[in-house]
Amino acid sequence: MSFDVPEHLHYLESHEWIDPETGRVGISDFAQDELGDVVFVELPGVGDDLEAGGEFGVVESIKAVSDIYAPVSGEVTAVNDDLANDPELVNDDPFGDGWLVELDFDEADLDDTLDADEYEEQIA
Amino acid sequence: MGLRTPPLYGRHEDRGASFTEFGGWDMPVDFAGIQEEHAAVREAAGIFDVSHMGEIEVSGPDAERLMQRLTTNDVASLDPGDAQYAAITDDDGVMHDDTVVYRLPDGWDAEFLFVPNAGHDEDAYDRWTTYRDDEGLDATVENVTEDYGMVAVQGPDAPALVAERAGDGVLDLSMFEATGAAVAGVDSLVANTGYTGEAGFEIVFPADGAGAVWDAFATDCQPCGLGARDTLRMEYGFLLSGQDFHPEDEPRTPLEAGIGFVVDLDTEFVGRDAIAAQEDAGLDQQFVGLTLDERGVPRHGYDITTPDGDGVGVVTSGTMSPTLDEPIGLGYVDTEYAEDGTTVHVQVRGTGKQATITTPPFLDQ
Repeated sequence: MSFDVPEHLHYLESHEWIDPETGRVGISDFAQDELGDVVFVELPGVGDDLEAGGEFGVVESIKAVSDIYAPVSGEVTAVNDDLANDPELVNDDPFGDGWLVELDFDEADLDDTLDADEYEEQIA
Repeated sequence: MGLRTPPLYGRHEDRGASFTEFGGWDMPVDFAGIQEEHAAVREAAGIFDVSHMGEIEVSGPDAERLMQRLTTNDVASLDPGDAQYAAITDDDGVMHDDTVVYRLPDGWDAEFLFVPNAGHDEDAYDRWTTYRDDEGLDATVENVTEDYGMVAVQGPDAPALVAERAGDGVLDLSMFEATGAAVAGVDSLVANTGYTGEAGFEIVFPADGAGAVWDAFATDCQPCGLGARDTLRMEYGFLLSGQDFHPEDEPRTPLEAGIGFVVDLDTEFVGRDAIAAQEDAGLDQQFVGLTLDERGVPRHGYDITTPDGDGVGVVTSGTMSPTLDEPIGLGYVDTEYAEDGTTVHVQVRGTGKQATITTPPFLDQ
């Protein structure tokens, strides 16, 4: 099975992605497939400060509870409210409508993330 | 030690299953996705490989006495071809496992077959042979778990699908009744039993016939993994051994676990006196269902509290019900909180979420 790994995103070993242009954060196609049917997402509030590598929420599938980690430090500027009613968006469109939060972050933090090639190698 | 694998392992791999360890076995957790498999069983039919369940055969002049001694239900009431649900308890009345006991139909080698849960077959074998020897009983006990495969075909379409392959005789079986039948040419035991709340059958057959039996169903019937097996049983409030009760981690008697109906206090089973005493004294805690009134998912080990945060129990199983699209849980609460409709809280990662005690099944039967 092969998974989408969009070139323009950065990744964590723990399967989160961040868009360096918009500060959007989500979990990867690989991660959503491993979890299976997502039934609940717990996210921070707008204005919360996240620390790179820190837990900032939870994605639950029927079979597992999975912590999600912040790829970079920053302030939450938006939260995907659609996930409250439609958590399955994380499965259906992990890099699009299934995004989790948007961050105002320091670009220097991206140095500690994986690029698409590195992440693809990790999940191969 | 390596994991045990069912005879159908290769077929599951070919079908693209994801696997998980369960009770020392490497078993499929899902094929098409838990929700899709769950819906297939509620709306049509699904087939589960349950070869990880144990099989122990008991025969000989004292076979009935040994079975009566080590299971809580009344084995003497079984005619050939009858089955019953029972608990296996210790001297304190604490459940070590639950099981289905069959008095096999005429023509079978053994007199009794019982089915312990995955990973419990060796303990059960030890328990049976130890009691046999200690009490000087004349009975043969054989752990035939590896010799047999087992599938469950479950769902509203299951009776017709099984009748097409095993003959219409299976349609005459009452609940907890079994018969011998050839399924896809394989001599099998076909029982009107299951763990989903739907109509259906469990089929036991020699391991070398597993492929033929599976193939006879798996084209018309959704293959299902342990994930859907778990969500289906939770919607009906059925216990999972090792999770809803466990001799060390969650020691419970059958009365506390809500299965007093499998206890016959007129039989001299191990644990009888402790359970009789508990019945007289009343229960401190009881097994209940609950629905979460807020977003979240109750999970094994989460505390159940009053709205003020005082501990009154624990969640032992929970999920997002695929049928209801609501979070449901099973667990134990102090008896005074066990009444249907009582408001409690489930502590989810440090936050109390409101829940309502709801006696299972969660679905209308």
